[in-house]
Amino acid sequence: MATHPGGLTSTRTVRIRGLRRRFGSRTVLDGLDLEIGAGEFVALLGRSGSGKSTLLRALAGLDRDVAGSGLIDVPEKSSVVFQDARLLPWQHVLDNVVLGLPAPDAPQRGRAALAEVGLAGREQAWPHQLSGGEQQRVALARALVSEPELLLADEPFGALDALTRLRMHDLLRELCARHRPAVLLVTHDVDEAVTLADRVLVIDQGRITVDTAIDLAAPRSHRQPQFLAYRESLLQALGVDHTEG
Amino acid sequence: MTASVLARPRTSAATAPARRPRRRLGPGRAVPFAAALGPLLLLALWAVGSAAGWLDSRTLSAPWTVVTTAGELIADGRLQDNLAVSAQRAGLGLAIGTVIGTVLALISGLSRWGEAVLDGPVQIKRAIPGVALIPLLVLWLGIGEQMKITTIVLGVFVPVYIHTHNGLRSIDSRYVELGESLRLRPAVFLRRIVLPGALPGFLLGMRFAVVGAWLSLVVVEQINSTSGIGYMMELARQYGQTDIIIVGLVLYGLLGLLSDGAVRLVQRRALSWRRTLAD
Repeated sequence: MATHPGGLTSTRTVRIRGLRRRFGSRTVLDGLDLEIGAGEFVALLGRSGSGKSTLLRALAGLDRDVAGSGLIDVPEKSSVVFQDARLLPWQHVLDNVVLGLPAPDAPQRGRAALAEVGLAGREQAWPHQLSGGEQQRVALARALVSEPELLLADEPFGALDALTRLRMHDLLRELCARHRPAVLLVTHDVDEAVTLADRVLVIDQGRITVDTAIDLAAPRSHRQPQFLAYRESLLQALGVDHTEG
Repeated sequence: MTASVLARPRTSAATAPARRPRRRLGPGRAVPFAAALGPLLLLALWAVGSAAGWLDSRTLSAPWTVVTTAGELIADGRLQDNLAVSAQRAGLGLAIGTVIGTVLALISGLSRWGEAVLDGPVQIKRAIPGVALIPLLVLWLGIGEQMKITTIVLGVFVPVYIHTHNGLRSIDSRYVELGESLRLRPAVFLRRIVLPGALPGFLLGMRFAVVGAWLSLVVVEQINSTSGIGYMMELARQYGQTDIIIVGLVLYGLLGLLSDGAVRLVQRRALSWRRTLAD
């Protein structure tokens, strides 16, 4: 299923050419090129300050105040999942999911989306009554209820505990298999990237330095020797001097 | 279900039922009849003072005299008539002032230009006591109802403006970003994010505003008035009837308390999504 960079995918969802972004005198993105195919799950790894969040915010159109240039071609229908669930505390869970969804059948679609993330029956709860993991599941439901062609996720599981994170990985994989959006998942967790993505990118000093297709049989696990090989090479690319004990 | 309850270990065997541990940093357990405690204590002091003869009835009538007088005032209808006139003034002033304060806060909270133009004058008005404006208002509007209601409006719109504006400006920018990422239309953004986000501020402003409305009322009713609770009290002053003055004071106090309570009730209903220290 993996597609190769610059590849032979018939439909392209994202196309970026020569993207530059500067904060003051510091260049964060330095002429970056990227393509993502339809339905392709891409993970973006990078050290902090490497520009990975800046890239995602540029794709989401959330960086209007930032100086820069370049071509960004993304679908109109794209959604963002933030690191914090970012639910409106004054709206019930269901109203959060269908926020800005103009369809007349919004409530039904919202209920279905909540059921998909395992939160059927919690429609009328307040966000603060949910656990961190549940809140992030509501955020996922909100992102997917509009059937986006592109899902942008900025370290969506970064604030969750390890066990919840593993369950969220399964859920995200399941949801993406069903809805087939193209995904750009920004993360600093190499295991997360190798577990979830069709293709892993490493960004360093504003450029993409590694672009690897992950060709692993499902279910992916640490027990696969190939998994460890991917992990090793990606850690190396991130500059982590790492020796398996 | 029962089994799990029975199996729950208890710290102090059969003596005390397991209590929920108190949140240590909170203000502590709720006190029964907390709101009535202070006023009742004051009332008790007053009653004891009158009964023991420490309080001269020319200085302060005894509570029971006040009650009898109130009964008489109700019986001959003077209390109701004056109360109706006062309530109408306060209500009208409150309504107009709330609308003006809210609209100004929205304009000034949602646009930098609006803020540049409006915020200064409101802050200046805030620095001038309402009473100080009365001479000018009398010259402009005479001594009729118009002047009285305008004075109340001026006292009401300032706290509504200040707190609503503050509420608007303190809406978390992350929610604005969320609205952008969901491509919300401006109307939806206003209805779902801006207005509910500013509601706590608005309601706090309303609590100041209702009390402020009664306050301004007292002032205007004691100037060239021929009706209202303030007039009733002013008349009583001329005849040295402290009991009637006290009836008026108690009435003002009750009205202030009741209207503040009403706003707090609305607050609790409308802000049930919040989890605060007081819960």
